[in-house]
Amino acid sequence: MGQVLFWTLAAAALGFGYLVFRVDSMARATFALLASFLAVAGEVLLLGLGYLGVVIALMMVVEMVVMAVFMVMFMMNPAGLVPMTMVHNKAGSAAIAIGTFVALAAGVLVVDWPTRVGEPAPDVTLALGEALMGGQMLTMMTLGVALFATIVATVVLSTARGRYRDEP
Amino acid sequence: MADPSVLPWYAALLLPVLLGGVTWLALVGDALFAGERAAVAAPGREVARLLVGQRRRTVASDALLGRVGGAVLPVAALLAAAVLPLGERPVADLSVGVVWFNAMEVLAWAAVWLVGWGANSAPAMVGGYRFVAQGLAYELPHMFAIITAALGAESLRLTTIVEAQRDLWFVVVMPVAFAVYLLSAAAMAFWGPFDAPVARDVAGGAAAELSGVDRLVFAGGRWLLLVVAAAMAVPLFLGGGAGPLLPAWAWVAVKTAAVLALLLWLRHRFPTVRVDRFVPFAWVVLIPLTIAQALAVALVVLGGA
Repeated sequence: MGQVLFWTLAAAALGFGYLVFRVDSMARATFALLASFLAVAGEVLLLGLGYLGVVIALMMVVEMVVMAVFMVMFMMNPAGLVPMTMVHNKAGSAAIAIGTFVALAAGVLVVDWPTRVGEPAPDVTLALGEALMGGQMLTMMTLGVALFATIVATVVLSTARGRYRDEP
Repeated sequence: MADPSVLPWYAALLLPVLLGGVTWLALVGDALFAGERAAVAAPGREVARLLVGQRRRTVASDALLGRVGGAVLPVAALLAAAVLPLGERPVADLSVGVVWFNAMEVLAWAAVWLVGWGANSAPAMVGGYRFVAQGLAYELPHMFAIITAALGAESLRLTTIVEAQRDLWFVVVMPVAFAVYLLSAAAMAFWGPFDAPVARDVAGGAAAELSGVDRLVFAGGRWLLLVVAAAMAVPLFLGGGAGPLLPAWAWVAVKTAAVLALLLWLRHRFPTVRVDRFVPFAWVVLIPLTIAQALAVALVVLGGA
């Protein structure tokens, strides 16, 4: 079952990744990329990393929707919205994508993996949190709040000059 | 063999039926609020009308994306409902249930944009873009409200969150988070006063070009999303199935009905809020409020430990 799921998701991730370069619509390219990412999130879930898998899905959906908006905005075809292709160095970007995949996939096969010692933590989410935040809790917290305050401040400043300028 | 912490496998098959039934009742309730005649038959009439209606085709539409977007709405709602404790146990008791629920909810974001984009129609696209533009202002307070409940229980698992409310419901401990959750849950289902993405001023917005079965799937998915978001308030803030006399499932049903009734009332009582007023309010008031609420709960949790 796990094997079947793994190969199905792997094929889906690659297939949708390939489609990103094939389709002639920015919207389709973006959502093909999202489908590819969701397949990867499925692979992470298969590894038993529930939190990471679900968070990848959550972040990628939000990210790809925002990206769709920006892509359509920046790469608009003056003739209209559909069709619209990623004409900016398609061959180059495809070559980089395929090259990266081949290099990483070759790495997986070539590397001499160590045999497993020890057991996975009973609560992998907790272990992940400890690993990320353990010694640097204060730094991370300060950074997080600072970053977030910056985002809020930026939004507040930019909305003041919106379409309805005189509105309170 | 049977794991006592989850429902048997056939519950997964019953879940859509159950959810559909609750949604049907919510539709009847909505028709009652609207003062329609023969409210009990209202959803049946509408479903029949849409099923026999013709699908509208627009010039140079992206039918694939549009239909995928429409289909994602009900599917996301069903997947989100999988972690919902129906009584004491959910269909899937994920250790990261809260995050799963939120991840499924944000799929609606992509779905509405896709539906709006797919039709190749200006009002539809305006509607889709509206939802994306408002999305963060809804999602961030929503996320903080949900995370506050998880923080109070020190777990992302919904059954543990329910367990943690045995003595005191979270609605008492974190009233701000509860209120923000209700508001943002309605907003995430682009509902009630937050229905700008499908509002009348853009001729129905994202749904402008939908007719026939396409509209049925879209509208049905939106209703399901609202029902699931309302039902999720029960395990997060209202103690799940806890209550005297009645069994757990009955209490879940009663509380869900109460939350749903509140959301329906909200929709009929208030007009669509102006987006350019609500978004600054969300960023400047709601988000700091929810962060302060989370901080307060964190201090209580740390003090108790």
